Amino acid sequence: MVSVRSIYTTPSSLTYSDLPWIIQHREDRCTLCGRCTSVCPVQAIYLTYRRQRMPKLDILQKKRGNEYRHFVGIRQRTNIEKKCIGCGMCSMVCPNEAIGPVPNSNEQRALFHLNQKGEAWKRGGRRNMPGRTTLDRIVFDRISMLTDPALDAGRHEFNLNTILGRILPPEEYIRRHTAGEWIPPTREIFPFVIGSMSFGALSPNMWLGLLQGVAYCNEVLGIPVVMATGEGGCPPWVLKSPFLKYIILQIASGYFGWDEIIRAIPEMQCDPAAIEIKYGQGAKPGDGGLLMWFKVSKLIARLRGVPEGVDLPSPPVHQTLYSIEESVMKMIQTMSMAFGFRVPVYPKISGSTSAKSVLNNLVRNPYAGGMLIDGIDGGTGAAYNVSMDATGHPIASCLRECYLDLVAQGRQNEIPLFAAGGIGKNGNVTQNGMALIMLGASGVHIGKYIMQATGGCLGNEMGRCNVCNIGICPKGITSQNEKLFRRLDPDDVAQRVADVFMSIRTEMKKIMAPLGRSQSLPIGMSDALGINDADAAKRLQIKYIC
Amino acid sequence: MCRLALKSADTPFSPYEILTAMEAMQEGYDGSGLGLLLRGVGFTDFNYRPDQVILSGIAHTEAALQRLNSLMGARGYELKYDHAMEVDSSLIEARDRFKYLIRVYKVPNRDGLSRDQFEDQLMQTRLALRKDGEEHGGDLTVFSFWPDVIMIKEVGWPLQIGNGLGLNDDRIKARVIMAQGRQNTNYGINLYACHPFFIQGISTMTNGENTAFVPIKEWLIGKNIPGYTGYQSDSEVFTHILHYVTRKLHLPLAAYKHVITPLKTEELDVHPQGDFLKGLRTSCRRLIIDGPNAVIATLDDETCMLVMDHKKMRPATVGGKPGVWAIASEMCGIEAIVPDRDTSLDFQPMREHTVIIPPDRKELVIWSQSDPFTLPQAA
Repeated sequence: MVSVRSIYTTPSSLTYSDLPWIIQHREDRCTLCGRCTSVCPVQAIYLTYRRQRMPKLDILQKKRGNEYRHFVGIRQRTNIEKKCIGCGMCSMVCPNEAIGPVPNSNEQRALFHLNQKGEAWKRGGRRNMPGRTTLDRIVFDRISMLTDPALDAGRHEFNLNTILGRILPPEEYIRRHTAGEWIPPTREIFPFVIGSMSFGALSPNMWLGLLQGVAYCNEVLGIPVVMATGEGGCPPWVLKSPFLKYIILQIASGYFGWDEIIRAIPEMQCDPAAIEIKYGQGAKPGDGGLLMWFKVSKLIARLRGVPEGVDLPSPPVHQTLYSIEESVMKMIQTMSMAFGFRVPVYPKISGSTSAKSVLNNLVRNPYAGGMLIDGIDGGTGAAYNVSMDATGHPIASCLRECYLDLVAQGRQNEIPLFAAGGIGKNGNVTQNGMALIMLGASGVHIGKYIMQATGGCLGNEMGRCNVCNIGICPKGITSQNEKLFRRLDPDDVAQRVADVFMSIRTEMKKIMAPLGRSQSLPIGMSDALGINDADAAKRLQIKYIC
Repeated sequence: MCRLALKSADTPFSPYEILTAMEAMQEGYDGSGLGLLLRGVGFTDFNYRPDQVILSGIAHTEAALQRLNSLMGARGYELKYDHAMEVDSSLIEARDRFKYLIRVYKVPNRDGLSRDQFEDQLMQTRLALRKDGEEHGGDLTVFSFWPDVIMIKEVGWPLQIGNGLGLNDDRIKARVIMAQGRQNTNYGINLYACHPFFIQGISTMTNGENTAFVPIKEWLIGKNIPGYTGYQSDSEVFTHILHYVTRKLHLPLAAYKHVITPLKTEELDVHPQGDFLKGLRTSCRRLIIDGPNAVIATLDDETCMLVMDHKKMRPATVGGKPGVWAIASEMCGIEAIVPDRDTSLDFQPMREHTVIIPPDRKELVIWSQSDPFTLPQAA
C-alpha cells in the first residue's frame, strides 16, 4: 500500500464526485474539437494528455512488460474556484453530444469549502429552494360560468391594466378636481412589470433587448409594459428618448447613476413611468446593492461615476435613514418635486414582518405612490448566499397581511401594493401573478423569470450556474465582457419579451374568463382562491380545498 | 336567472298586477321567492300623508313584535296605521311568520334636524331594528323604514305569495312597483338576500351575478358609512354604490354608469369630460362591477333607471307609453304590463346606455356614456 503521507491532500482537496456537478464525458464520441473547454465559464474542464498503462504478459517467452496508450481526453478540475457550475454550455456547443454536467445526487462536500480565504460564499440567483411554492399551489376555483353566461377569453374584451400611483379617495378627488388642486399622478400599466435589474447587473445587449421588447409591447401590441432599472442609472440616450416613459427609474442607497439622471432632466422628452426608491430587496434584506468589480467596465464606471474595476457595494440604508418615517417623507417628496409632481414615487422594501409599519407610514404620506414588497424568493445579481437562502419573508403572506391591513382601514385603493419575489419561479408566471393579484396586489414585478424566459438564463434553484455576480454569465445576460454579451442578440431578446407578454396576456384572460371577470383586474378577489393546505389557507384567509 | 318587472304609472295600481305579469316570464325560472318595492303608495283604509314613515318587514314571533313596539315607542315614533294583511298561511311556505309589517308612523318632532340628519335617523332606526332581530335569532326582519316606501319579501312562487298575502284585495296601490321573483338560491336562503335592496330612499334590483362582489364589499365596508352592511347578496352593492355616488359624492345620476362600468381609456380620450372621468374611474376603481348584470333602480322622486353590465350579458327591455312605462327582464314581461303600447318603440339598452323613466312619465330619457353630462362641481 502506498503510504498515506505520500498522497498530496489538503482539507479542501476534493475529487470530482465531491462536487455539485459531475462532468460526464464520452470519449468514444469526442472529436477533441475543444469547444467545450473554451466555452466553459469557469474553466472547470480542460483537455489533457492521458496515459493508460496496458500490462503485457507473454507466457511463452516468460516475459512481462507494459505498453502505454496515450490519448487526449477531457478532465474535470476539482479545485473550488473552478468547480463545475452545471451551466451545460459544454453540452450546448458539443457537436457530438459527448459531454455534459450531471447533478451529483450524493452529498456535496464542496459546500463545506466554499469559504476559501475567509470569503463567505457570494453568488447570483435566488433562494436555492426548489419545489412548488405556496403560490404554485393556489388554484382559481370560483367558476362563474356555472351560473352565468360564460366569458370568452378569445373573443371578449378584457381590461387587464392596473394603476400605479397614489389614488385619492373619491370624495377628495372630486373636491380637488373642483378646486383645481394637485391630483397625484397615476399610470395605467400592465400588471406584470419587469422588475428592477440594473444597467450594470445586466449586459448592454440584454438591457437593450428588454427595452426594445418593452417598446414593441407598448407601441405595437398595445400592452403597456413598464420596466424598472435597478440601482445604477440609465444610459443617457434612453433618458433623453421617448422610451423613458416605459421606464421606472430606481434610486437606491448608493445613488449610482443619479448624477446622469438629474443632469438629463432638462433634456427629457417625457417623464419616466415612476421613481422607485429601494429600501430593501427580497433576496438580501438589510444589504445594499452589490456590483462586484468583475462587472465594473468602462461604460458602467462612466455611468456610475466611479473608477473601473472596483467593487461597488451600496450601503444597506439610505444616508437620510435615521428613521423610516423621516426617510420616506424626505425622499418621496424630494423625488416628487424633482419631477414636478408629475411622476409617481414609491418605495420598494423587502418582505418582512415589519412591512406593515412601513405601509402605515405611506398611507399617511400624501405623496407615496404605492409600495412594492419583494419576498424572499426574489433574485439578485450578487449577494451573500446566507442572505439569499435564509433572510427574508415569503411574499404571499406578507402581501396578504399588508392588503388586509389596508382593507381594515378602507384604503386598499389608495396605495397600490405591488408584489415581487419568486413569481414564475417554476415557470407559472401568470398563475403566480394572478394569485398575488387576487390576494391583494395591484401588480407584480418579475425579474429572474424575465432573465430566464427572455435571455435564456440557465440558473436554477438547485445551484445551477448562479454566477451572475462575477460577470461570467455564459449566455451574456449578466456580463459586461463583450466577448460574452456578444452571444446575446438584442433582437432575439426583444422577440422573447413580446412572446412572454403576449402569452401572459392570453393566460390572464384564461384565468379571468372562468371567474366571470373582465371589466377590471380582480385585485383582492380572494373568494376565487383555494389552496390544499389548511394552514396556508388560514394564514392567507382563503378557502381550504382538497 | 331572476325575473324582474317594474311598472311606473300615473294612475296607482295594485301590486297583484305586477305579479300576474311575472307569470308571463315564468319559463326557465325557479320561482323561489318574491321581493316587492312600492312607491307613491295609497291605502284604501287609511289616508296616507307622505311626511309619515312606513315600516316594512316581518315579525316572526310575538315577542319580536313587542320588542319592536317598545323600540319604536322609545324613539318617539307614533303608530298611525297598521295594515292588516288578509293572510292565507296555507299558501305561504314559511311557517315562522307571526305578522307581516306594513305600518305607518308619525315621526317625532324634527325641528333642528337637517334633512340629512333626519334621513340618517330613519336609517339608524331601521338598522337598530334589524340588529335587534339578528340578536334574537333572526325573529325580526325589517326591509325598509322610509316615507312612501313599502317592501314585501317572501319565499315561494310569486303569484302564490300574492294570493297568500291577499295582495289582490286592492287595499294597497302604488305608482311605482319593483318586483323580483327569486330568492338567492345560489347560496342559503335569507330574506335579506332577496332583491330589491333599499337604503335611504334608493333601491335597486338586479338580474345577474356580480363577480367582483368581494373586493367591492370590502371597500364599501371600509368606508364605515352607516347602512353599508348586510351583503347577504352580491347584488346589494349595486344599491350602496348608487347611494354612494348620488348621496355621498353628490354626483348626478348619469355618473352611476361611469362608476360601475367605466369607459375604456381610448373612449375617455375623446370624451368631453374624459379627464374628470378617468380620474373618477381610478378613484372608484373598486366599485367597478363585473359579470352579467341588468340593474333596475328607483329613487325617492319616482325616477326609474335601467343600466346594463359592460358586455350586455343580461337581457332587459323598457317599453310603454306616456303615463305608463315598464321595465322587465323579458320582453314578454313588458307585453304583460303594458300591452297597448307601440312595440316598435321598445328599447333594449346596450352597454353604454342609462335609461331613465322620469317622474313625469312623459317620455323615456336615454343617456349614452359617451355624451357629456351636467357636472356643476367640476365645471
